[in-house]
Amino acid sequence: MSANAIDPPAGFTVGQYLICLRGIVWREALRFVHQRERFVSALVRPLVWLFIFAAGFRQILGVSIIPPYETYVLYEVYVTPGLIAMIQLFNGMQSSLSMVYDREMGNMRMLLVSPFPRWFLLVGKLLASTAVSILQVYAFLVIAWLWGIEPPAWGYLAVLPALALSGMMLGALGMLLSSAIRQLENFAGVMNFVIFPMFFASSALYPLWLVQQSSPVVYTICRLNPFTYAVELIRFALYLEIDWTSLAVVGGMTVLFTAGAILAYDPARGIIVRRGERGA
Amino acid sequence: MTADGLELARPPALTGIPALAVAGVSHSYGARKALDDVSLTVPQARFTALLGLNGAGKTTLFSLITRLYDTRQGSIQVLGYSVARDSSQALRRLGVVFQARTLDLDLSVMENLQYHAALHGIGWRDARQRALAALAEVELADRARDPGRKLSGGQMRRVEIARALLHRPSLLVLDEPTVGLDVTSKSSIVRHVRSLVRDRGVAVLWATHLLDEVVPDDAVVVLHKGRVVAAGDVADVVAAAGATDMHSAFVALTGADPARETA
Repeated sequence: MSANAIDPPAGFTVGQYLICLRGIVWREALRFVHQRERFVSALVRPLVWLFIFAAGFRQILGVSIIPPYETYVLYEVYVTPGLIAMIQLFNGMQSSLSMVYDREMGNMRMLLVSPFPRWFLLVGKLLASTAVSILQVYAFLVIAWLWGIEPPAWGYLAVLPALALSGMMLGALGMLLSSAIRQLENFAGVMNFVIFPMFFASSALYPLWLVQQSSPVVYTICRLNPFTYAVELIRFALYLEIDWTSLAVVGGMTVLFTAGAILAYDPARGIIVRRGERGA
Repeated sequence: MTADGLELARPPALTGIPALAVAGVSHSYGARKALDDVSLTVPQARFTALLGLNGAGKTTLFSLITRLYDTRQGSIQVLGYSVARDSSQALRRLGVVFQARTLDLDLSVMENLQYHAALHGIGWRDARQRALAALAEVELADRARDPGRKLSGGQMRRVEIARALLHRPSLLVLDEPTVGLDVTSKSSIVRHVRSLVRDRGVAVLWATHLLDEVVPDDAVVVLHKGRVVAAGDVADVVAAAGATDMHSAFVALTGADPARETA
């Protein structure tokens, strides 16, 4: 059929895509502003690690000269990139939690019945969540600087693309997980089976050579953990270097997780279809 | 024209094309068949009631019409646009009110409407104007800044209807919109939606199990255990069932009394 003059024109303009993207990011930002406790708790968690855990470990865990550091560094300097990645990991899972909540509350449906392509809507949501995580990271870096963690000044800028990429990877992982979580109550399982193993079995808290000395098996797990590469990507970027392996792994995993999430939310093939819904 | 002078476009009158055409649609959840060869049409500028008890398949049908699920068997068209093949064009012409509440309770009423407008590519200023006009129509203009959680159930429903109309759809589908509402809210919503059909020529598919929401001028589709067991004007369906009114026709067609089911 041919659409008449009052009908909407076929397709959307670039401007309309941008309006839609801005709307998704704006809503995420509003939710973030309305939930101040979320911002505070996102900061308190890594700060507790930095102020207490790192202070305690400084005396027993020396970090030798390993790239990108050019000298011996204090443990809190070593652990800072890991804590940055931790912020993004928790934010990714928080965003996954909010997607499950949105689905239970019905808000998710309004997003999914938008006439824009579903991949675009999901990527928009991912960008929004990443932007929020970057805000949290910079707030943390300011406090860390006051605590004496002082990477090169340009490092604050150089780390931005790394944060964008690692935030996308962890957000996409959260989105993929959200498609598989049936109810909000099941989210505790994500904490136990995803967040903690990913965080502890990585280079966030200890250099991999130390892990290798104590357990080759755990070392192998750390090497297979994409979170390790997010940590290293951030660590090197913060010190004005690029770790190409980490860049490749994080980039690849971002594409993989995003594709998986788009597939999972696809009305033709997705998990949401196979699972069915109540109230048919 | 609305109170603030915003022109509300009438939907296109495309001769011969139904607002919604569902043909041979089946859908299963694993081994359980929720819809079995369902066909129905919703004419333009007409109020069509989709009648069915809980579990009849109404929500599944809504999920397929709105493309939350993909139509694997059969076809669904909105004003001639296939929901499966040309979903963007179909969804642009469709306004939806789901059975579950879909307002973001943390955002204000205006923010909820602006978010929806953005999801349809409507710019900020235009969205605000449309939202104010739409809220005035449902008599909630004074609640625009209130967070969603401060509204009553009936007010939330009215905001959802206002939101569904922001992008000026030709077809409005509502899934059990009056469930859980008091009599006053219920009649206000029914009256408003009927005025959309009468004054603006919007086609409406109204899913319900409450027979008192159906009037003699309506078209009806009776869905029972995933199958369409009757469809047409109320008088035709009543006559075909050999009944005297819609209530007894529904009992004759489904073997169930909706009044008892509701109780």
